[in-house]
Amino acid sequence: MNSQEQDRIKTLLREALPPIEDSAGPARDLWPGLLRRMDAQPAAHSGWLWFDCALAVGLVAMIAVFPASIPVILYYL
Amino acid sequence: MNDGSIAVLDASEVLRQFQAGSIDAFEELFRLHQRAVYGWILRIVRNTAAAEDLTVETFWRIHCARARFDPARGFMPWARRIATHAALDYLRAQRPEVELPPEDAAALTAPPAGDSAVSAEIRLEVTRALGRLPPRLRVAAVLAVIEEEPYKEIADALGVSVTAVKVRVFRALRILRKDLESRGITP
Repeated sequence: MNSQEQDRIKTLLREALPPIEDSAGPARDLWPGLLRRMDAQPAAHSGWLWFDCALAVGLVAMIAVFPASIPVILYYL
Repeated sequence: MNDGSIAVLDASEVLRQFQAGSIDAFEELFRLHQRAVYGWILRIVRNTAAAEDLTVETFWRIHCARARFDPARGFMPWARRIATHAALDYLRAQRPEVELPPEDAAALTAPPAGDSAVSAEIRLEVTRALGRLPPRLRVAAVLAVIEEEPYKEIADALGVSVTAVKVRVFRALRILRKDLESRGITP
């Protein structure tokens, strides 16, 4: 795809979906909803940390065993 | 909210108190940045109700991850990255064809820069084609091409290099062109 084709598709995109105006803001106060969320689910998600670590270890192990998978992983990153 | 004591604190003190778990400091940050975070998310998902929910989700994640916050890198870039990932999670959970509702965010968009030569039908097809893109390509294309955000800012928000953003935008445009051509629309 050459630069002219790129410019044409960019123009089409901008005409189909104009940019959001800078003045856009939420229609309601979101703080009460956030407080409800915090009350419902207290912080300290230590389980996620373990999950993250397990995922990272699994990924490293997969790369070590199947080095050919590196391009596939990079593609999906 | 508070008795005003937070108001006299400087930004770094607010950030320090936020890290220490102060709800007052967190609310101070929320009030200061919620509009920017909401606007960033709205640019990605283009749905006001979803953007509001995702703003709450983003600040919830921010609160949970406050111990990992690095004050040296600034609050807003960090918040923008968390917001982008929350928006990506949302887009991944959606089915194609029901995303990017053009009418929903239309009231918040600037008037179209182009002339009326582009028909409503073509606009709809382009919007649908954009909705069929993989979310990570779509986010890069929307932020770079439509919102004209700096590549560096997009890269920081996505946690990838500037080159990776450029590649994603190029791939998105190529897929869009092929998709539209297959539907009889030649850009």
